[in-house]
Amino acid sequence: MSDAVSALNGARFTGFAQIEEASLCGMITVRGDLASAAMVKAISTELGAEMPAVNKVSFGTKGHVAWMSPDELLVVVAYEDANATCAALNTALADQHVLVVNVSDARAVFRISGDGAREVLAKLAPVDLSKDAFGTGDFRRTRLAQVAGAFWMNTDESLEIVCFRSVAQYVFDLFRVSAETGGEVGYI
Amino acid sequence: MLTLQCPYCGVHAEETELHAEGEAHLKRFGPGSSDDDFETYLFMRENPKGVHFERWRHVNGCGKFFHAARSTTTLEVFGTYPAQTYEPPQDIKDKISAKYPGWSWRDFS
Repeated sequence: MSDAVSALNGARFTGFAQIEEASLCGMITVRGDLASAAMVKAISTELGAEMPAVNKVSFGTKGHVAWMSPDELLVVVAYEDANATCAALNTALADQHVLVVNVSDARAVFRISGDGAREVLAKLAPVDLSKDAFGTGDFRRTRLAQVAGAFWMNTDESLEIVCFRSVAQYVFDLFRVSAETGGEVGYI
Repeated sequence: MLTLQCPYCGVHAEETELHAEGEAHLKRFGPGSSDDDFETYLFMRENPKGVHFERWRHVNGCGKFFHAARSTTTLEVFGTYPAQTYEPPQDIKDKISAKYPGWSWRDFS
């Protein structure tokens, strides 16, 4: 079995914020009726998390659960747990009309931290990232310049960004240019 | 810049996060329909100066299709609503009537 590596092998950049490509991250797409009791129970049992509200991410004991659309969740767990969690969710939801798929290897994850983190992202996505509008636990699916992406804010106010693995280099380059020292706008 | 509120995720999405998907409330005529109906379904579109109903997709977001009622002349948006409906909700029709008394669009007025 070959060793799994993340898209950019942990690339880093420090400008007016710190950007790093997170190491391998387990991600599972769950589609189905989010309001159903079985789904709520499966999420709480398997991940120790509550069902997230619209445009929110809920941080559980075994992983995070993010609201992607009215019938879709993104489950984030440790990379090595992804297959097991995926199987457990499939078992728990066996009698439901659902789709549970491990998509870990189709994605890349970045983390932006530091005081300028909001600003780095605000330049690239059509989203209000001011402190009043976007805080811990908020989740947003949008675009990053020209490609699809999603992000949420962690409890330490760092931003975690998810994009497709095929555009990982593009997204990293975007962040690198956006975070260059001297490029601060200072509105946020 | 056109900003529409997605009725599914509540996000006030600006134009670049959305994709225009043509006219709203089209009735499909598929196999077995008459040539005239099929042609009308396929090619005939409204091109109004004023009130218009459009289908949009929140493509860089929750991915759902929704409908929007707006004016093509003033770019005023009267409202957006989920696509699982045959006609616009009454409150949106009322809003349009207040601004454009006697408006009509296809079978709606």
